[in-house]
Amino acid sequence: MSELTKLTIAQARDKMAKGEFTAVELTEAHIKAMEAKRDLGAYIVETPDLAREQAKASDLRRQAGQAGTLEGIPLGIKDLFCTKGVQTTAASRILEGFKPQYESTVSGKLLDAGSIMLGKLNLDEFAMGSSNMTSYYGKVTNPWKSKSDAAKQLVPGGSSGGSAAAVAARIAMGATGTDTGGSIRQPAAFCGITGIKPTYGRCSRWGIVAFASSLDQAGPMARDVRDCAIMLGAMAGHDPKDSTSAPMPVPNFEAALTGDIRGLKVGIPKEYRPDGLSDEIQKVWEQGIEWLKEAGATPVEISLPHTKYALPTYYIVAPAEASSNLARYDGVRFGLRVEGSSLDDMYKKTRAAGFGAEVRRRIMIGTYVLSAGYYDAYYSKAQKVRRLIADDFRRAFENVDVILTPTAPSAAFGMDENTDDPVTMWLNDVFTIPTSLAGLPGLSLPAGLNADGLPLGLQLIGRPFDEETVFKVAGVMESAAGFTATPEGV
Amino acid sequence: MIIQGDTGDWEIVIGLEVHAQVISNAKLFSGAATAFGAEPNDQVSFVDAGFPGMLPVINEKCVEQAVRTGLGLKAQINLTSVFARKNYFYADLPQGYQISQYDMPIVGEGTLLIDLPDGSTRAIGIERLHLEQDAGKSIHDMHPSKSYIDLNRSGVALMEIVSKPDMRSPEEAGAYLTKLRTILRYLGTCDGNMQEGSMRCDANVSVRPVGSTDLRTRCEIKNVNSIRFVQQAIEYEARRHIDVYENGGEIKQETRLFDSVKGETRSMRSKEHAHDYRYFPDPDLLPLVISQDLVDGIKATLPELPDEKKARFMAEYGLNAYDAGVMVAEKDSADFFEAVAKGRDGKTAANWVMGDFFATMNSDAKYTWTNPPVSAENLGKMIDLIKDGTISTRLAKDVFIFMVETGKDPATIVEEKGLKQVTDTGAIEKAIDEVFAANPDKVAEVKAGKDKLMGWFVGQVMKATQGKANPGMLNELIAKKFKE
Amino acid sequence: MSLDKAAVRAIAELARIEVRDEELDHLAGELSGILHFVEQLAEVNTDGVPPMSSVADLTLPMRADVVTDGGQFAAVLANAPDGVVEDHGGFFTVPKVVE
Repeated sequence: MSELTKLTIAQARDKMAKGEFTAVELTEAHIKAMEAKRDLGAYIVETPDLAREQAKASDLRRQAGQAGTLEGIPLGIKDLFCTKGVQTTAASRILEGFKPQYESTVSGKLLDAGSIMLGKLNLDEFAMGSSNMTSYYGKVTNPWKSKSDAAKQLVPGGSSGGSAAAVAARIAMGATGTDTGGSIRQPAAFCGITGIKPTYGRCSRWGIVAFASSLDQAGPMARDVRDCAIMLGAMAGHDPKDSTSAPMPVPNFEAALTGDIRGLKVGIPKEYRPDGLSDEIQKVWEQGIEWLKEAGATPVEISLPHTKYALPTYYIVAPAEASSNLARYDGVRFGLRVEGSSLDDMYKKTRAAGFGAEVRRRIMIGTYVLSAGYYDAYYSKAQKVRRLIADDFRRAFENVDVILTPTAPSAAFGMDENTDDPVTMWLNDVFTIPTSLAGLPGLSLPAGLNADGLPLGLQLIGRPFDEETVFKVAGVMESAAGFTATPEGV
Repeated sequence: MIIQGDTGDWEIVIGLEVHAQVISNAKLFSGAATAFGAEPNDQVSFVDAGFPGMLPVINEKCVEQAVRTGLGLKAQINLTSVFARKNYFYADLPQGYQISQYDMPIVGEGTLLIDLPDGSTRAIGIERLHLEQDAGKSIHDMHPSKSYIDLNRSGVALMEIVSKPDMRSPEEAGAYLTKLRTILRYLGTCDGNMQEGSMRCDANVSVRPVGSTDLRTRCEIKNVNSIRFVQQAIEYEARRHIDVYENGGEIKQETRLFDSVKGETRSMRSKEHAHDYRYFPDPDLLPLVISQDLVDGIKATLPELPDEKKARFMAEYGLNAYDAGVMVAEKDSADFFEAVAKGRDGKTAANWVMGDFFATMNSDAKYTWTNPPVSAENLGKMIDLIKDGTISTRLAKDVFIFMVETGKDPATIVEEKGLKQVTDTGAIEKAIDEVFAANPDKVAEVKAGKDKLMGWFVGQVMKATQGKANPGMLNELIAKKFKE
Repeated sequence: MSLDKAAVRAIAELARIEVRDEELDHLAGELSGILHFVEQLAEVNTDGVPPMSSVADLTLPMRADVVTDGGQFAAVLANAPDGVVEDHGGFFTVPKVVE
């Protein structure tokens, strides 16, 4: 384990600025670490040669005094971001071998900021899942082990499971994630790292394989709050190629980490204590409230009455959009084609072979809820409830500045658990989905360990486009939590 | 039009859906060009080809063109409209859905006046106009076992213009398409070329017994590529429905294809499955909101439209409804006419434009509105020469031909060819005297009461003056001579 | 709403996903379970609530009518199956369609 892989992005940035080491050295250390930890299954494609090239170019830029905000920082890119000339699969067989001739806006911005791409990170197929068990390219293993059962393989969460595992295992300094219903926050919590889903519209969706367009948002996953702030600064910004991208200036998120949250009001939603919420989650949440009080903030109980309907709403809206977004995978212009006796036969064979079970299931549900005679009862109804959920938050934010909740109802679970019934698996996202439906920023940070020594995360939710307050409060909690635990061997 | 069947009289009910390609440089949601004739799949952005992660951004020109067309159809403009996805799988539909507008189109109800052959007009309701993406092209005859797909057209903006089921005969359908095309061309929003597919028509046809007000099951006839074929297809389809009903059968709602070689319609195999398009608002696009200022601005730039122009031509130039209708059918012909008629006698101008000018124009493909056989300016000057008596109408026909041949100014031609009409009384009287002197027997016959021979004298004197004698003066002088 | 095998087959047909007959029972059970789960929304009073199709509080931005894209058939065809460039003159291919 090289000392260089232990650094945060901010530390590495500052040390490279002082000339303590080069981007080439930092990148080599990470390539070595990445290759040593292939058993995690975090990467679908490694791009060491490209990374070395980029690192050399980065050092030259630095010498020329043109260092960007992420100059020389080696990152992993979730394999949902189209990367020019590098296979992009969305972890699906249907895109095996697909090499985009274009670069997604967000990954392009990261390159423009001087970062290095180590490879493409594994995920649940088409970002549909909470366990990273649905990838065609193999499951991802959580680098954390349970103290009570060290042999048990744990999931890293999903869908950005490869991203979370890579950052936790120190085989990327940071990673991109995408979050549709919790896909950044839940794996961040499971792997003991920090991740933020910014406000919908903050990061461009252009060039990211679409799952559910009205919910998908890219965000950073990194070791700590500061690193997330630095990365988000590079990823965010208005993009005229995405009609839903917000024409808003990007604040200096890092500058928001003032450590001063005195007088802030923190909402504690009473509906986030469902029956059967584990004591350890309950405990870490209460601890979080204490830390904020100690720092001078005021907890305020709030009500988000439609919370329990968020999950069923999401499981109508997201599959409906997905069923349409995934229609383009038809074997004609790119990706897998299974020949058939007719056009329809080719479509059906290609899509049956190319999509895994969870994706097929969601496409079929989505197809059904949009179909004639059912649209009003399902899709239209869900969009109305969605407004009620968003209104709950809007009202709550009239009285509070930020909301604190657990990120997930449990710590990372075993690979053999929660696999029988799709709905049980979906319950993992019960705390993250409402935020997604409302388009609000949500950050997860590690707040402690459970009895098995596994990380538990807390979620901070902010007003639209107020990631700064979220970062500020997260920074204070991070200091209070003093979370320094790492997976074994890191 | 009433069709007599074995069981009684039937009426045809027709509604038309026209897909008009919007005139714009770039496509509706991408920056790729709309121009034709490129290599296959070259005028294609990754958006048009439905690649992963690609997103649509709307072209403002296409929105303006839709508003412009809506205003031209005297229609409701909806300041807020919504794009929806119409989901279906087809080889030339790369996204697996077409971005269209469903329950909130940009243009609502309007009216179109059709011009009927007897000079009367009839109002046909417009149901709506919405913007949507065109599909690519499937080519079925280039490979024995495969269809080829070219996406150059994929994503070009279309306006779907839906009429109410207000037409009752193939002729009315033809008149509707002709008029719609005229309006689109006046507005500059679609070139209206049906052969090239930039304007395509689907016809919804049903029949019902005369006197009934129910709408029976309709069939949709797809993509018929000329107005004449649309009329043929409607007539065939109506007779087919009547046959089916009169033989105790039922009409199945379906999509049919017109075979222009056989002159018949047939069921489309590729459309056999009932469609369930699963429309929903496109989450990649926010509601399209336009301002009243934008609409007013577009309204201020609308050209005079054919109906108004026709009314004005009738009022200002004294044309009858038919002539005015012919003149305004194309903006170029209306402009030409007006350039000729301005400040002159409208009827004379109309006679010349619709007569000698159109005949010559249609005689050779080399003539176009940018290269007319005679310029409007020269034709106007020629009419002036008639009016001031320099040339007779008869001589003018010769001057016209010389203008076509040489492109010269009519005054120059008159000068060069010596076509100036003789108005000198002495000269004409001299010619009359000569003819009288040479034909004393005929003079006697006329004097004896054979008035018919008067015409013969006029002809002879005209011949003697090489046609240049002023006809009015000639008649007068001959009459006077006989009275002497 | 419980889906039977015929309904599942119809949905699969609409979604163009081949489903084997022996999978239908299992799928019908699974999809019915999901529908049952989401149907709890019926208990929410949504009278007078407009559907929310986007959280973005914006209206549609527009682009200028300028050609900025295209002229790149090699890139568009680069990932195509079935040898479109070598064997088919740059057209995408599908099994022959009979209209």
